Amino acid sequence: MATEENKNGAAEAGSQTVSQQGFVYLPLIAGWLVPGAGHFLLRKWGRGALLSASILGMFVMGLAMQGKLYANAHDILDILGLAGDLGNGLLYIVSRALGLGAEQVQVTTADYGTRFIVVAGLLNVIAAVDAHNLRTGRKS
Amino acid sequence: MTHFAAVVLFALFASVVFGVTQRETPRRMIRYGIYCFVLFVAAAIVLSWLMFFIAR
Repeated sequence: MATEENKNGAAEAGSQTVSQQGFVYLPLIAGWLVPGAGHFLLRKWGRGALLSASILGMFVMGLAMQGKLYANAHDILDILGLAGDLGNGLLYIVSRALGLGAEQVQVTTADYGTRFIVVAGLLNVIAAVDAHNLRTGRKS
Repeated sequence: MTHFAAVVLFALFASVVFGVTQRETPRRMIRYGIYCFVLFVAAAIVLSWLMFFIAR
């Protein structure tokens, strides 16, 4: 019995040592590039799936509402919008490459869609920072 | 999509992320997520009525 507990304890200590090794900012960067990927790297499957579904859902809903993807920054509001959009990581880059998103907001729902896309980016940044906090042990 | 549906969807997605990232245990995550969702929707309804009366 005691031997088995020792084995389990050693296995836990080993897995903790492994999880503390490597590049500490990897979950942060992965989480920013792909929503939920930071948590998946840390084997937090449930949290990662919820974050991924929420952020992806919000981004896709924004595009479906003909929301605008900010492409350049002419004034302060455009800069803020672009900063929010960039929080989506690869979603933003791929969507821009595919030419998704409206050029100009023409209907009311498109304005909502634009906000959905910006907020999805901001939520993704929060999720990526959370993955970093889990990685560093600031959060359990 | 109606404006209210957009509000509910926004509240749902944002509340899930807030719940997962701002609390540590699953039970507290769920409670905080529900709390944020209710606050989002309630605030939207209250502000909508306020704007309705201001516009009159």
